[in-house]
Amino acid sequence: MGWMKSLFLREYQLANRVGGGALIGVLFFLAVVTIFPFGVGPDMILLSRIGAAILWIGALLATLLGLDRLFQADREDGTLELLIMSGRPLELVVLIKCAAHWAATGLPLVLATPILSLFVGLDFQSILMVTLTLLVGAPALTLLGAVGAGVTVSMRRGGVLLSILVIPLAIPILIFGVSAATADTISSNNFIAPFLFLCALTLFGLVIGPLAAAAALRISGD
Amino acid sequence: MVISGAMFNLKLICQGVACDRGGRRVLNHVDFEVGSSEALIVQGPNGVGKSSLLRVIAGLVAKAHGSIELHGGVDERSVAEQSHYFGHLDALKPLQSVLENLSFWRSFFEPAPFGDGKERENMTELEALETLGIAHTASLPAGYLSAGQRRRLSVARLLVVPRPIWLLDEPTSALDKASEEVLLGLIANHIHSGGLVVAATHLPLNLPNTKFLNLSPITTESEHMFADRDLDDYFEQGED
Amino acid sequence: MTLYDLANPTRFLKLVKAVLPWLVVATVAALAVGLYFAFFASPEDYQQGQTVRIMFVHVPAAQLAMMCYVMMALSSVGSLVWKHPLADVSAKASAPIGAAFTFLALFSGAVWGKPMWGAFWVWDARLTSFLVLLIMYLGIIALWKAIEDPIKAAKVNAIITLVGVINVVIIKFSVEWWNTLHQPASIIRSGGPSIHSSILIPLASMAIAFVLLFLTLHLMSMRNEIMRRRIRAMRMRAASIAPAASSSTVTKAAPAGVR
Repeated sequence: MGWMKSLFLREYQLANRVGGGALIGVLFFLAVVTIFPFGVGPDMILLSRIGAAILWIGALLATLLGLDRLFQADREDGTLELLIMSGRPLELVVLIKCAAHWAATGLPLVLATPILSLFVGLDFQSILMVTLTLLVGAPALTLLGAVGAGVTVSMRRGGVLLSILVIPLAIPILIFGVSAATADTISSNNFIAPFLFLCALTLFGLVIGPLAAAAALRISGD
Repeated sequence: MVISGAMFNLKLICQGVACDRGGRRVLNHVDFEVGSSEALIVQGPNGVGKSSLLRVIAGLVAKAHGSIELHGGVDERSVAEQSHYFGHLDALKPLQSVLENLSFWRSFFEPAPFGDGKERENMTELEALETLGIAHTASLPAGYLSAGQRRRLSVARLLVVPRPIWLLDEPTSALDKASEEVLLGLIANHIHSGGLVVAATHLPLNLPNTKFLNLSPITTESEHMFADRDLDDYFEQGED
Repeated sequence: MTLYDLANPTRFLKLVKAVLPWLVVATVAALAVGLYFAFFASPEDYQQGQTVRIMFVHVPAAQLAMMCYVMMALSSVGSLVWKHPLADVSAKASAPIGAAFTFLALFSGAVWGKPMWGAFWVWDARLTSFLVLLIMYLGIIALWKAIEDPIKAAKVNAIITLVGVINVVIIKFSVEWWNTLHQPASIIRSGGPSIHSSILIPLASMAIAFVLLFLTLHLMSMRNEIMRRRIRAMRMRAASIAPAASSSTVTKAAPAGVR
């Protein structure tokens, strides 16, 4: 168990120390949310109607942005070779790396959501729903993104290809996330049904993400 | 299964190992045996597949044919999981301190037994750093180290986690004369304490109990996978 | 002849050589029959008029678009489980064909949609699903192109294809769910619950023709890919032959990828 803790802590520290860490993702999130009103006009009624979608798309893009280095940095400095040889299950290693990455970059996005929600004129209940759906749904984005990161690990400019490969797979997460976030009340079925689907997708990601990413990493040594 | 258990606790046996990289056969019919307290020096000109052989043993590159086994080791673990690989990359995170880097590998890497039933006392991080003469850098970020110091820090990983097999790819590169002596002393120590070493090098290494494996280029006269009649082999690799 | 024999590329190429002419003839004939039924021997739709004939291209193309992905996924299983290069070749050959059929389905859908819906594009559940499928195909083609080593590219593509095939079901479900959420179900669905036999005959014959077309294209494409790999292998062999036997150790360069 000790090795899991040290891996998590190290990954968390590195994610925070390298390239501005959490801050850079939140800044990107802020930038995306800010340009929407310039595109659609400062109409608060319109913005509050599409606000949840803006926040979700912003979070999706911010998550994908940081994922290309998830395994690539380890591959470049030789760490990946040692992770594969370490005798620890690679799937679990991937899962812990995803967890640390999410804690360092995904969680700050969720925490920034209530503040950014004010810019798009969401009311209290909507803020609660958007934040809750992102809290549950964003890990699924990280886990699916890990598959893309594993597959593109050996490419010098894999970031764009990663997004192209992952965005279609992320559509269900976006659909259920935004549907739940735009429900009329948090206690209505309109919220609960898509919210449960979102939970299911995250659980699904917990299985498929580490399995597929580890498989991709094993062949990266060639 | 123990072969000649009186002499060797561990025996690494490679039989008929072949390996393809990028659609090109880089190794063919490699056979060797190396036991505990022995070193195997893999020699040959550049590009002959020395690195590939080590990477195949380390489980980083898939082999096309052959078998690699460790007799006397832990059966349920692969050879790679009982080996240390010391390659060209240092696997250091420049933003973490020297001590943080080393502590991580010490707690993350799973140690492996030497097959003689004896518990190995693994060094603490500071002991290892002292042995390698970089203890004064312990609290500095690894990014501040010179190339030679980085190599030494990378070697320290082998000292803090006991594993019987050391796979060394050009271990003395980027090291000055003094560091080289230290490293050779450590490798000799490992051999004397019952470990086994496979080292790829194009420079002579002064190590005890050495065997040699000379790799030569795969020429068209010898078996070549892309000879016209063998083209099908290329498409049939998956069948064995 | 067993499947195992077919897995040998030389035998496979021989088979392709023997089968392909017949397959081409059958495809052309089936297309001729299908198109005749579709354009001349079937009545106009009382609601859709002549535009119903677009369906005879649209529906088979859409079916093939999905069939190609199934083909790609099955081949990917072959790549990962048996590590057989012929499975790699099959997966690689399927992707552009699948993308083409998906594009055809989307294009014919748009052309049909203009008179029916008054717009080339609506975010209908089926059209949207196919747009997502097209992006997936194009992403996979891009991934094939991005990795030079074909064996490695095959493994990586197999992983993303199989993750995709599990996801395709979820995507389809979620898009339909999303569609009913945003639009009340009032759109005319292609196909519909009851198909009259006058429509069924041209539709079935076109479907058969398209399957034959797919088989032809897939075999041709696989043949080309095998040739391409042989050329690559021969070139690598040419590069690795030492220029002069006496100085071979000095002049031989390190192969790419070996560190």
